[in-house]
Amino acid sequence: MKFATRSDLEEYIGSLKKQQQEQRVLVCMGTGCLAKGAEAVYRRFAEVLAREGLEVSLALEREDVTEQHFALCSTGCMGICETGPRVRVEPHGIQYLRVRPDDVEEIVEETLKKGNIVYRLVQSEVLPDGRVQHWPLIKDDPFYRKQVRLVLRNCGTIDPENLDEYLARDGYLALAKVLTEMTPEDVIGEIMKSGLRGRGGGGFPTGRKWQFARMVKADKKYVICNGDEGDPGAFMNRCLMEGDPHAVLEGLVIAGYAIGAQEGYIYVRAEYPLAVKRLRKAIQDAYQAGLLGENILGTGFCFDIRIKEGAGAFVCGEETALIASIEGKRGMPNPRPPYPAQKGLFGKPTVINNVETLANVPAIILYGAEWFRSFGTATSPGTKTFALTGKVKNTGLVEVPMGITLRELIFDVGGGIQNGKRFKAVQIGGPSGGCLPEAFLDLPVDYDSLCGAGAIMGSGGLVVLDEDTCIVEVARFFMSFTQSESCGKCVPCREGTKHMLNILQKIVDGKATLEDLALLEETALVVKDASLCGLGKTAPNPVLTTLRYFRDEYIDHVVHKVCPAQVCQAMREFWIDPEKCRTCGKCARVCPVSCISGRPKVPYVIDQAKCIKCGSCFEACPFDAIVIKWRRKGNA
Amino acid sequence: MRDAEKKVVIVDGQEIPLEGEKNILEVAKKANIDIPTFCYHSDLSVYGACRMCLVEVEGRGLMPSCSTPPEPGMVIRTNTPRVLEARKMIVELYLANHDRDCTVCERNLNCRLQEMASRMGITRVRFGERTEKDPKDDSTFALVRDPNRCILCGDCVRACREIEGIGIYDFTHRGARARVEPAFGKKLSEVECVYCGQCAIRCPTAALVVRSEVDAAWKAVLDPEKFVVAQIAPAVRVAIGEAFGLPPGEITTGKIVAALKKIGFDRVYDTSFSADLVVIEEAEEFFRRLQNNSRLPQFTSCCPSWVVFAERNYPFYLEHLSSVRSPQQVFGSVIRNFVSRMENVPNERLVSVSIMPCVAKKFEARRAEYVHDEVPDVDIVLSAQETIKMIKMANIDFRELDPIPFDTPLSAGSGAGVLFGVTGGVTEAVLRYAYERLTGKELKEVEFKTVRGFEAVREAEVDFDGRLVRVAIVHGLAHAQRLIQEVREGKRSYDFIEVMNCPGGCIGGGGMPLAYPDYQTVLRKRAEGLYNADRLSPVRKAQDNPAVKLLYERWLKHPGSELAERYLHTHYYSRRRISNEVIRIQEAKSARKVDVAVCVGTSCYLKGSYNILQRLLKMAKEYGVEDRISIGATFCLERCAKGPNIRVNEEIVSGVGEENLKEIFENLILPHLQEVR
Repeated sequence: MKFATRSDLEEYIGSLKKQQQEQRVLVCMGTGCLAKGAEAVYRRFAEVLAREGLEVSLALEREDVTEQHFALCSTGCMGICETGPRVRVEPHGIQYLRVRPDDVEEIVEETLKKGNIVYRLVQSEVLPDGRVQHWPLIKDDPFYRKQVRLVLRNCGTIDPENLDEYLARDGYLALAKVLTEMTPEDVIGEIMKSGLRGRGGGGFPTGRKWQFARMVKADKKYVICNGDEGDPGAFMNRCLMEGDPHAVLEGLVIAGYAIGAQEGYIYVRAEYPLAVKRLRKAIQDAYQAGLLGENILGTGFCFDIRIKEGAGAFVCGEETALIASIEGKRGMPNPRPPYPAQKGLFGKPTVINNVETLANVPAIILYGAEWFRSFGTATSPGTKTFALTGKVKNTGLVEVPMGITLRELIFDVGGGIQNGKRFKAVQIGGPSGGCLPEAFLDLPVDYDSLCGAGAIMGSGGLVVLDEDTCIVEVARFFMSFTQSESCGKCVPCREGTKHMLNILQKIVDGKATLEDLALLEETALVVKDASLCGLGKTAPNPVLTTLRYFRDEYIDHVVHKVCPAQVCQAMREFWIDPEKCRTCGKCARVCPVSCISGRPKVPYVIDQAKCIKCGSCFEACPFDAIVIKWRRKGNA
Repeated sequence: MRDAEKKVVIVDGQEIPLEGEKNILEVAKKANIDIPTFCYHSDLSVYGACRMCLVEVEGRGLMPSCSTPPEPGMVIRTNTPRVLEARKMIVELYLANHDRDCTVCERNLNCRLQEMASRMGITRVRFGERTEKDPKDDSTFALVRDPNRCILCGDCVRACREIEGIGIYDFTHRGARARVEPAFGKKLSEVECVYCGQCAIRCPTAALVVRSEVDAAWKAVLDPEKFVVAQIAPAVRVAIGEAFGLPPGEITTGKIVAALKKIGFDRVYDTSFSADLVVIEEAEEFFRRLQNNSRLPQFTSCCPSWVVFAERNYPFYLEHLSSVRSPQQVFGSVIRNFVSRMENVPNERLVSVSIMPCVAKKFEARRAEYVHDEVPDVDIVLSAQETIKMIKMANIDFRELDPIPFDTPLSAGSGAGVLFGVTGGVTEAVLRYAYERLTGKELKEVEFKTVRGFEAVREAEVDFDGRLVRVAIVHGLAHAQRLIQEVREGKRSYDFIEVMNCPGGCIGGGGMPLAYPDYQTVLRKRAEGLYNADRLSPVRKAQDNPAVKLLYERWLKHPGSELAERYLHTHYYSRRRISNEVIRIQEAKSARKVDVAVCVGTSCYLKGSYNILQRLLKMAKEYGVEDRISIGATFCLERCAKGPNIRVNEEIVSGVGEENLKEIFENLILPHLQEVR
């Protein structure tokens, strides 16, 4: 099917809407569920439905279908990856978790044929009074209740590899509207009015970015979709590209139209093979449907999209480094000005937007800026997707309106802390973000509030830490990440992060002094101030925020040599219980630094000054005579 | 009026008018503020990495002044606490990763990092010492690379890529492991380095230095048994003074001779003299080619970096290079074959030293063509930098030295020979000779202004009584490559092309004294100095040089003679790496045979050429012709787009696949064997 005009497209969409099956079995085929065996579940469903004669294709006329007929559909990410493989039965909205191929017969028998719920497979929670609460329906599930899924509207509900599925949900109508009714200036005006801000982290107003590039005169311009998601523990963009690739494409074409570009690139990391595969399929389908390429919908507008697979350097998420990478150079950032909007890819004006930013665009065009502004806050309208990870109960992909408090996000959507532990902090914005303590739980999540607290929105990585997490170790972990991902171009980032990491290592090793701590802070401030690109400028954020909010914990490590969370191995002591010691001498023989002394009939003793806390003696002792004591303040 | 309307910026409270400055750095200079940088060079692209040049711009925070264009109304402060704190910490960070044994460093007192540490008042480094030690690379005669002193400013990376168009260096690894090095960590001798040292004169530290032969030179001059003869290249006479507080461009020829004599050199000669010989021999060669209309354009061959580059990249142009040796090697030959007899010193006792602006001359002196019975024509090549070191080591008060003339009888070089030190000079010198030789008239106005200047490519058309000769002058190999590409494509056409590797010619040589930050000004002053030296010269044409006449009379007979051919000319050979080498896998034993080579270069390899190689070996067996087919692997046959490629005898067959291999074998390979049956 190739659409020659807008009305062709609209007519086709109209007929699709009449046909599309509402009775569906959705099997999540996002990366998380696939890893847990979703494919086998899908195959089993196909077998059973075929055997029972229940399967229908998605495109069959609705009137011909009985209540027991279901269309089987593989979808993108449904959100709660931890509980995958997930299966959803529509139109009831029943959701099943951790479905194994063996469960399929029962689901078909009970749910599909009889409309009953298989309770052992639904979301549940043991309440404090011992009762078990079940949430078989999505609409009741607290994980979904506070979410507003604009960007993820199709994610987990449609087959991402099927263009008809996207079209049936008004896909490409925004593009059709833009090309037939709106001038590029109208488009930019609408996006400006919507207040959409860059979802990649910086929060720069998207409309203004487009306007800059629009104003520059050039024979050629480019738009780039930045899908180089690199924060540890972040997977929002991946899920979006896997779950709704056409929304990203549509947004990219609209952006191209707005700034006057005819060529777009999607920069996606090669570690996202499924996203690459689905994007390729989507691009191919869009070309075939006349939604990409020459003379789109008969309007004369041409647009091509290419995929560039990145090799996985974190810094390539930075705009100028990303451009260098597409140009075939080493991914290293360049000073700005000139800004990419003036001189970007191959020296031409270039707009780079995050995947999520672009996926917002079709909805804004279709439903209007005012509609978009009805979500979120005045300065940060709309929603934001987060990858909720760490010690939270419901880890996964979520989308919430801007301005939601951290408390709602972590405790309502996230279901609170695992294993009844206490909340300690939340790291927002990945290695470039900040670590916020309990006092900030009621902070609204929007660009400006987070910035004020020393964190950043980032691309949406959200790592929840509980009381068993050592804050210094967290800072050290993120610093080791940014240090090894620093491109090495400018000295504050390359050398500064190295020495910050060295000092943090000294602190967790119990070897740091207060001078080291002061130097850490001084270095962090210079690295933040003097680095060339965003990577370096934000790399000290985890250190600076933890120093601001958890300085006591640093002091404990540095002055008292105590790790309150009992994580840092150097802060423990090994003692031999003289009652239990049978004086076999095994511990002394394995000790690599020979700090254990004793002789037959005289219990062995560890010289604490020499002990390197390796734990060899602990493992060697056949009588459990060696005990580990965590140092505490005051008992040193 | 507001500042924004007046087109001014405020630098440290002072109003500075904007006059098209590219960046804040240049504006600050007008306020007499020399903002420090490591990675900014006006002739290279802006890099913005060293972060030394940060200034505070009101409303925008810290900005690098090298990459930030000034905007009217900008309020710039170069010395706020924020700037100073950052800058000090940055220097401290540099030092922490830098081998800090300054006192025993090649660049001691000549190091910009050292200078910056002193300017910033750094008295301690709180981050400790560099712990990793990377091996030094001293694989070439020209340069030594010490990664432990590298501060990763990337100046060498850009110099090699942008000025020379070669790009042997790049960044590798990430984070603290980041390094600047040749591809795959290879040594300089294993990559396409042309030994020009443009990287080394831009290196702020001793990460890249000229390989020193100072010790060898001292040993020779201090050995009473040795008779040490020096030749001094034109360019160094206007630069060595810089190291002793004299302005660039001041002619210090006599002082250099005096200093060398004090050090203990037995004879000191002027390379301009051998340049005169080169002029005459090269011009005569040019006339022969013009007459026969063959091997044109003729390329100059005085620049050793250019010669080695041509040998590697333009094997088809080697015939076009002038066969005359460079002035250094011509003099080397004269010293070994004429001076030794004249002075009655056997060659075992004679040490030939050249004082050069150039680093590649060190490589040139060791070329096999210039070494006879293990005795090189030139034993020791001292760059201007090394010569300065020797003068300092000898505690000579250079400024106060009374000038001494060169030794006789080969004393004088003409003004034309002196011009060899600047871009366009060889051409001008040749034109001065050619005009008189071709027209038989005396040349009155000897200065050919059209070939002078600093533009990358200069062209001139000279009318030799009806015969128009088109010449081009280019400096910097990146420009040379572009020019040659256009010549090959037929977009340009010349009879004579002068190529110099270094910007400005030899005055910008890799062995010259370092000049920062006003390198471009210094280059122009050095050029002016050489033009002055020419103007002051009593003899301005090579053909008028009495010493040259004497040499032809007493030894070489006439230009282009058999003797001149033997002692002043040379030959070149393709140094193309990899491409011409075939790795034999199966050697044909029979006299009647066919040679088959399969390309296993990256592109063909990825297209499956390795399987083709295997299949060919099998097929040869199947057809029972193993002993008559030589099968080998070769590298790039330069038809990558059409690969996989194989070469059957001299013919290249493209698009070879497993499906058509049998056909190719039967139709293109076997017939070669049948023919001879």
